[in-house]
Amino acid sequence: MTAAQEHLDPALRVEALTSLLTERGLVDPATVENFIKTYEQSVGPMNGAKVVARAWTDPEYRARLLADGTTAIAELGYKGPQGEHIVVLENTPSLHNVVVCTLCSCYPWPVLGLPPSWYKDPAYRSRVVREPRQVLAEFGLDLEPGVQVRVFDSSSEVRYMVLPERPPGTDHLSEDELAALVTRDSMVGVATVSPP
Amino acid sequence: MDGIHDMGGMQGFGRVMPPHPGGPFAEPWEGEAFALGLLAIRASGTNLHAFRHAINRVPPAEYLSGYYDRWLMGAQNLLADSGVVSDDEVTARAARLSGQDAEEPPPPRPHKPEMTSGGPGNLRALDTPPAFAVGDAVRTRDLDPAGHTRLPRYVRRRTGTVTAILPAQVFPDSAAHFLGEDPQHVYAVEFASDELWGPGAEPFSLTIDLYEPYLEPAP
Repeated sequence: MTAAQEHLDPALRVEALTSLLTERGLVDPATVENFIKTYEQSVGPMNGAKVVARAWTDPEYRARLLADGTTAIAELGYKGPQGEHIVVLENTPSLHNVVVCTLCSCYPWPVLGLPPSWYKDPAYRSRVVREPRQVLAEFGLDLEPGVQVRVFDSSSEVRYMVLPERPPGTDHLSEDELAALVTRDSMVGVATVSPP
Repeated sequence: MDGIHDMGGMQGFGRVMPPHPGGPFAEPWEGEAFALGLLAIRASGTNLHAFRHAINRVPPAEYLSGYYDRWLMGAQNLLADSGVVSDDEVTARAARLSGQDAEEPPPPRPHKPEMTSGGPGNLRALDTPPAFAVGDAVRTRDLDPAGHTRLPRYVRRRTGTVTAILPAQVFPDSAAHFLGEDPQHVYAVEFASDELWGPGAEPFSLTIDLYEPYLEPAP
């Protein structure tokens, strides 16, 4: 907002901008609908969950995913905006990775969809690069003191996704059943995956 | 610019809001705002970096009002800067939509930068070799630009180690101001927490992607 921008209720600002841009032929309401539908229905953490489940069940896929995330993720059909170059970070019993974007809210859209509100809020962005263990504890994730913590601040066009640990007692589960266990938060690194 | 958006390490924002289930948009207008922001980049003949900078220029109090609020005000900044839609037009249209009798000003004259690089597609191949190698100790420069940058305050003048050479990319500091793609090598650089926050810091490491002009060899 510049000094010239009036304070407006955002819903009214949307309506005003949409009507002006539509009149000028610069926005097609059908395109707007399409964007909304895409990110409400087809692009979301269920995509990343399938990547994780594949990595848990197929060691060769896991190796490809960690070596070249973008290509391995594209094998499952996931690519597009905010996914030009995706690096996958593997969590292990001794190493915990967690991802943030302190400057805005960069997030790997093709695998996780649009970010949740907490990821975009000042508290997470300001604190997780300064006191990550405390922040993770507030998410209910208490890490043992011996676990090494690595925080990734996504400041370029590279996007990061966490490969969480496979929970114990899941040997009998199918790939689809495993995918159903994987949460968005575990792929950002603020949670672990719980057994069923 | 040292704006409110540069939040890494700031204190006083309280606890992190707990995750809650549900879709990406809390209210219908948020979805429309999301789409409008992306469409404004195209309509204004600009790029993603200019959009980020337009959001960063939203004044602090307004910036903190909410994610899709600032996203929308950033989109309006882009459209006003390119002469596609003026702020006065938005004000007048909003008044009319609210049932007031407001006179609408004539549309401005567009002057779009038409530098859309760095929209989709920021990766570039460079002929010049990277200046740093994995394992090199590097120091972040003492940069304090008035314009766009992706070097946050909290990692300036700090010493770290290159842990990966990432694909070269369009340089946001140049592209956001329509000065060309100016592609640069990009590195993942790891800092120890006590280098960032002093001897009492929690033990952890911080890795951040930094463009080559942000870096110099460690002294």
